Amino acid sequence: MHRRTFGLSAAGLVAAAAVGPGLALAQDAKKVTIGVSIPAADHGWTGGVVYHAERVAKLLMAEHKGLTVIVKTSPDAASQANAVQDLAVQGIDALVILPSDPDPLVNAIQQVKDSGKFVALVDRAPSVNDGSIRDLYVAGNNPALGEVAGKYIAKTTPDAQVVIIRGLPIPIDQQRQDGFDKGIAGSKVKILERQYGNWNRDDAFRVMQDYLTKYPKIDVVWCQDDDMAVGVLEAISQAKRTDIKYVVGGAGSKDMVKRVMDGDKTVPVDVLYPPAMVATAMQLTAANFYDQVPVSGSYILDATLVTKENAKNFYFPDSPF
Amino acid sequence: MTGATTPETGAKPKTSRDWDMAAIAPFVALALLLVLGYFANPSFASLANLTNVITRSAFIAIIALGATYVISSGGLDLSVGSMVAFVASLMIMFLNSGAIADPVMLLACAMLLALGMGAACGLANGLITTVGRIEPFIATLGTMGIFRGLTTWLSQGGAITLKDRELQALYRPVYFGSVAGVPIPIVVIFVTAAIAAFVLYRTRYGRHLIAVGSNEDVARYSGISVNRVRTIAYVVQGLCVGVAVLLYVPRLGSTSATTGILWELQAITAVVVGGTALRGGVGRIWGTVCGAFILEIVGNIMLLSNFVSEYLIGAIQGAIIIIAMLVQRSLMRK
Repeated sequence: MHRRTFGLSAAGLVAAAAVGPGLALAQDAKKVTIGVSIPAADHGWTGGVVYHAERVAKLLMAEHKGLTVIVKTSPDAASQANAVQDLAVQGIDALVILPSDPDPLVNAIQQVKDSGKFVALVDRAPSVNDGSIRDLYVAGNNPALGEVAGKYIAKTTPDAQVVIIRGLPIPIDQQRQDGFDKGIAGSKVKILERQYGNWNRDDAFRVMQDYLTKYPKIDVVWCQDDDMAVGVLEAISQAKRTDIKYVVGGAGSKDMVKRVMDGDKTVPVDVLYPPAMVATAMQLTAANFYDQVPVSGSYILDATLVTKENAKNFYFPDSPF
Repeated sequence: MTGATTPETGAKPKTSRDWDMAAIAPFVALALLLVLGYFANPSFASLANLTNVITRSAFIAIIALGATYVISSGGLDLSVGSMVAFVASLMIMFLNSGAIADPVMLLACAMLLALGMGAACGLANGLITTVGRIEPFIATLGTMGIFRGLTTWLSQGGAITLKDRELQALYRPVYFGSVAGVPIPIVVIFVTAAIAAFVLYRTRYGRHLIAVGSNEDVARYSGISVNRVRTIAYVVQGLCVGVAVLLYVPRLGSTSATTGILWELQAITAVVVGGTALRGGVGRIWGTVCGAFILEIVGNIMLLSNFVSEYLIGAIQGAIIIIAMLVQRSLMRK
């Protein structure tokens, strides 16, 4: 995979040389190498990260003739630390990294930063997250993911009885729950119950089946994840229950965005936590070198509400996620 | 014969007295759970809930039947969870390829493929442990990684989804349909268990399997081909995984890298709760089925009851399984 990306970039360089300096703009011929280090695809969301990193690497290299983007995937934090060192040895001008686990990777990132390279950190921040370790921080917004869903439910169905399926007991899940509570605060929306579905389709199916047994009337299901929404929808359709008005997932998988786009009544909206955020960081990093625009700082993506109107902007039929 | 705890070596007991306590124990535990469930939430006892719960225990129950074979032969298979994901992914990809125009034929071939691939994966496990002489724990830990990795690679980290809506509609009843009011997965559990019980208790192979599990050396000196018996046990496990896949695919019509995670542990727990000894030499098919029901019902009761915090579910589930085992053991000692 890396070799292919590398080959492409080499081809791009050759093409640029062949076309000659007459056609390429002077500043585009500037040689820059961006190393991108991301976790290997081990579930839907990271699968999306890999897809978008490779997609945008090609776009960027087509746009800037002198640019080389090397995408490396690593299965765990230890091998990612090695991958970062390998990238540094190859001679990069910038590092874009989505750390599988940020704290164990602090030293590796710090080394790159200390050698004067541009560092863009994506999604997961170490305990110390300031200008001393990175130039740019791009992340999704977990509290907002909950809040946007909560607000939508409070607005569309003000008296709704809601059941919630949570992810795993880790901090970002708690942030989403707290955000949701904030979103519905002051409304008459009633939370019947919260249970863990482990961000897994089969577990979500099981939990939803039991919710359906336990509660004779449920208006809305908030499962904050599109993978789990698959199991939830199947459990509802099996039980042939008509009281459930709709299901709100999250992340922006192609299947759910497609349902929103097609106007499916049970999935009217989705809340974005896009794996494409790695591509945002890559674009901004490239802009730092080629466009002379200031990009340093924190860049928190909105948890955009995907509706029928805007769904096509977030639909990637070729993505695995 | 008062000592019902004497481990059976080779010959199965013919008298019903010998059987009673040890075989009935898991069912007593199950009955106690049913009562507990009723007090936790009366809707637990509704027919709809009970059929739901038993239906979704089908995957673990059927996999655990195979695990009963492997464990009674003195082996262990940790790869079954990722094997489910791998075989199901291959099956869906075959269905998506549309290699055969006629949908019914396509489905039939895909089902045969799933069974065949399951058996092949099981054979690989069997040969690695017997011919390769690697401890089953390590060998199947290795294949667990291989099957999981291949699944992630096939799906590129995302999901593999059955694309053809009509095909899905055609296949869906296999999980959601019912025969004479009994959901098909429940029928499949009992038919598979009946076959497994017949082979284990009534055929020469079954006796050989138990003999190998209770004492490998004695079995070898008696002229039993230990490697062959063990390898076949892994193939049976693979076939059971194949059967579970046949029920799994119509449910959600898709697999992902997280499909079947930790199912191997659930299957092994079901086998042990059902009264089969981890050291081998004893196999209790109906106990295993009962064990799988117990596991699923414990989770169901937790969710339906209102007095357990969502953070404590794991702890209480563990405690209930241990209590169920204690009830069982105390009955077996009588």
